[in-house]
Amino acid sequence: MPDIRVHQFAGKIDGPNPFWLASGPVSNKGEQIMRAFDAGWGGAVWKTIGDPATNTSPRYSSVDWNGHRMMGLSSIERISDRPIEENLRELAEVKRYYPYHPIIASLMAESVRESWHEIAQRAEDAGADGLELNFSGSQAGSLSQDPERTEMITAWVKEKARIPVLVKLSPNATNIRVVAAAARRGGADGLSAINTVNSIPRIDLDTLVPEPNVGGAGTYGGFAGPAVKPIALNIVQQIMSDPASALPLSGIGGISTWRDAVEFMLLGCTTVQVCTAAMHYGYRVVEDMAEGLENWMRTKGFATLEDLRGLSLQRVTGWEGLNRDYKVVAHINEQKCIGCGLCQISCWDGANQCIHSDRVSGPVNGRIELHDGPPTVEFRSRTSIATTPVTRQERAAAASNHGPYPTPLAKIPRVDETECTGCNLCALVCPVDECITMVPVGQNARPEHRGQSSLASEIAAEPQRS
Amino acid sequence: MSTTSIPDDLLLRERFTEIRPPLSPQAAVIEANRCLNCFDAPCTAACPTHIDVPGFIKRISTGNLRGSALRILDANILGSSCAKACPVEVLCEGACVMHRYNTEPIQIGRLQRYAMDSFQATGEELLTAPRGSRNVQVACIGGGPASLACAAELCRHGAHAIIIERNELPGGLNTYGVAEYKLRTSDSLREAEMIRRMGVEFRTGAAIETAEALEELESEFDFLFLGVGLGAMQRMNIPGEDQKGVLNALEFIASYKTGRLKELSGTVVVVGAGNTAIDAANAARRLGAETVYLLYRRGEREMTAFDFEYEHAKHEGVQFLWRRQPYRIRTSERGRLLLDTVQVNEVDRLLQPVDGSEQVIECDYVIPAIGQSPFAQLVQELRRIELRNGVIVVDPETGQTDNPRYFAGGDCANGGKEVVDAVADGKRAARAILKIAEAAYA
Repeated sequence: MPDIRVHQFAGKIDGPNPFWLASGPVSNKGEQIMRAFDAGWGGAVWKTIGDPATNTSPRYSSVDWNGHRMMGLSSIERISDRPIEENLRELAEVKRYYPYHPIIASLMAESVRESWHEIAQRAEDAGADGLELNFSGSQAGSLSQDPERTEMITAWVKEKARIPVLVKLSPNATNIRVVAAAARRGGADGLSAINTVNSIPRIDLDTLVPEPNVGGAGTYGGFAGPAVKPIALNIVQQIMSDPASALPLSGIGGISTWRDAVEFMLLGCTTVQVCTAAMHYGYRVVEDMAEGLENWMRTKGFATLEDLRGLSLQRVTGWEGLNRDYKVVAHINEQKCIGCGLCQISCWDGANQCIHSDRVSGPVNGRIELHDGPPTVEFRSRTSIATTPVTRQERAAAASNHGPYPTPLAKIPRVDETECTGCNLCALVCPVDECITMVPVGQNARPEHRGQSSLASEIAAEPQRS
Repeated sequence: MSTTSIPDDLLLRERFTEIRPPLSPQAAVIEANRCLNCFDAPCTAACPTHIDVPGFIKRISTGNLRGSALRILDANILGSSCAKACPVEVLCEGACVMHRYNTEPIQIGRLQRYAMDSFQATGEELLTAPRGSRNVQVACIGGGPASLACAAELCRHGAHAIIIERNELPGGLNTYGVAEYKLRTSDSLREAEMIRRMGVEFRTGAAIETAEALEELESEFDFLFLGVGLGAMQRMNIPGEDQKGVLNALEFIASYKTGRLKELSGTVVVVGAGNTAIDAANAARRLGAETVYLLYRRGEREMTAFDFEYEHAKHEGVQFLWRRQPYRIRTSERGRLLLDTVQVNEVDRLLQPVDGSEQVIECDYVIPAIGQSPFAQLVQELRRIELRNGVIVVDPETGQTDNPRYFAGGDCANGGKEVVDAVADGKRAARAILKIAEAAYA
């Protein structure tokens, strides 16, 4: 069984697994965090403790996509609205019941040395296993982009704290490496990235007010959820690939599944933090995260998290570092094609005009002028005479598919490999798994993957229609 | 002439709950989002009117319901009735790529209905080109889907079109002949009313049955479109078929749809196994008949009804008697009907009665549903127009007959297909007429 325990993160933090609740509504109270630990979470970053905030209602808005809710979540909720002492009392209580689950206290204070000293000391005294300095939430303002103050405050906290100090970074900084390096110079033991992205998630088209609509006006929110994952991964890579900024890292940003978590780990994260997915579906989302990670590690032969951490970093290069002699072309698996035509239209309108419906009329390779474009193809279908197959014979004829594949040959697009740039768009839009694959050609070609030889026999198998 | 004069009958509504009920707004969006938005979509190709199915479905998913409905109406002016009456299983939904994607096809019919219902609820009228902007006058004979589509298409482009219908109400079989659980008479009339508001003139209760009447129309109009449908239902040609309690399927369906027949009881025997036979048998069940037999001279595998119609009838509780043929109808002492039937076997495509297999079915109604005859009266007057097996011969691309001033579409030209085929025929004929008229002016 692979070992997914966390050892000595940021110097001293151990835990049963790398899945932590991120600082936020999911980690607001001791009662919540205890239930989360029971559900399987491996740690929690307490909702930011500081001078109690006031909040608005409502305070969230989301971006839905194609019928799916909360592809992204925007929040204007501020730090904890409960007194510092109440939070710390509960923190101490949770630690009593769950001594082996790390609890990180997220902290915010005014930019005064004594204030930071005081709150750091109190959190440590309450039993926190680490501190996460929140310079970067939507409430933190310009601090999140200010390397000088980041370094200064980090240094103040380090003067006091004996437990590890993490600095949480904002994606809104112009250059994340500069801020991360400043935290490192200030003595941070680790980093958390990313905090939420500045956002106006949507505007209500009836009221014309941005959401969340607080009595007739909206404000900038912090955007999180699946939509921000690529941004977060990019920032994680930026931090971890620069020796001046690299530190033990807790990855955050749109992590909803174990797959997302593994990606963050492959770019160097030791732990990951989750908020939106748990807000959406509850603490139970961690079950599949832990199991999925373990099963994947078992399949791939990884014994510990350290074995896989950062393995993809060496696979990231600047564009100039890419091999421009490498060439792939799209290959359509005719057995799997369902005939939706999305590869064809996306290639014509969004790529290189090299996917055609010419398997029946006879394949033609070459430049764009030799082929019927989408308007012609559609015009042909929409001016043809179609009738309802009323009799049994008509129905049998309509249902029969004169071709070797599940989809009628005329509806299976064909890639003109002489023109294909291997851009990959068709493979992305194809709704069927493994139907369109990108096959290496030229010096990388493997002959068994080439599909050309079967084309002649396909056409022979398709009877001519009048 | 009004196109709406049948009030909704609540009891009828209750008995004939719709088999394709409306989608709620949320369900419609969820279903619309399932659509892959295929390019050169097979559903669109399969539709005789080539409705841009992914186009109207994606408009539903974004809340552009007006755009969705107009997209449908642009291709098919009877988009509302087709959404309800079409055998989508063998058309758009049958062609859906989802079948090969290991999932249910998109519910195109119900989504189309959703878009059309939303549009109708707004009460918005369709825009047409100014009347008379095309100087062509067309008389459409017959008030069914083919003529409605033809006249509407002409009118939209500024031509003048009238519809001449012998019944009191327009709509043809949409009004009188489609099973009520699919399409309500009031729905059909609402659609005709929309077309009337576009500027199409309706002359209902006006029969054209003589050569003189046709000649009169010829002098008044540039072109004539024949959308006269098929003729009366075939008779069984057996003794006793003219007595009370025997009525053909179309008469029966029209009777209950127009409120003349509100209830049935006892045993009903429907003869035939086409889609109309199924409609009649299901209706008999819903109107209260305890036992409904569907009698067919051939077997289950030979029945002409769509598979989903057969399944539906089984669910409704219709019982099927295969390879049995009626040969006489008598009356019992208690005033019930006695249908004499015999088992038949098919030998070399001929049906042979089986000796000793005679059986009497005591019943209250016999409903023959063995197809419509080619339209007789008017077509016989059309001496200058070629017919084949009683069906008007037309150029399939244009609907033009061998008399260049006459066009035809719908059942009278295609031998009897679906509403959507009639709409496609009418639309094609209208476009061909407009093209000829344009060429004449150029």
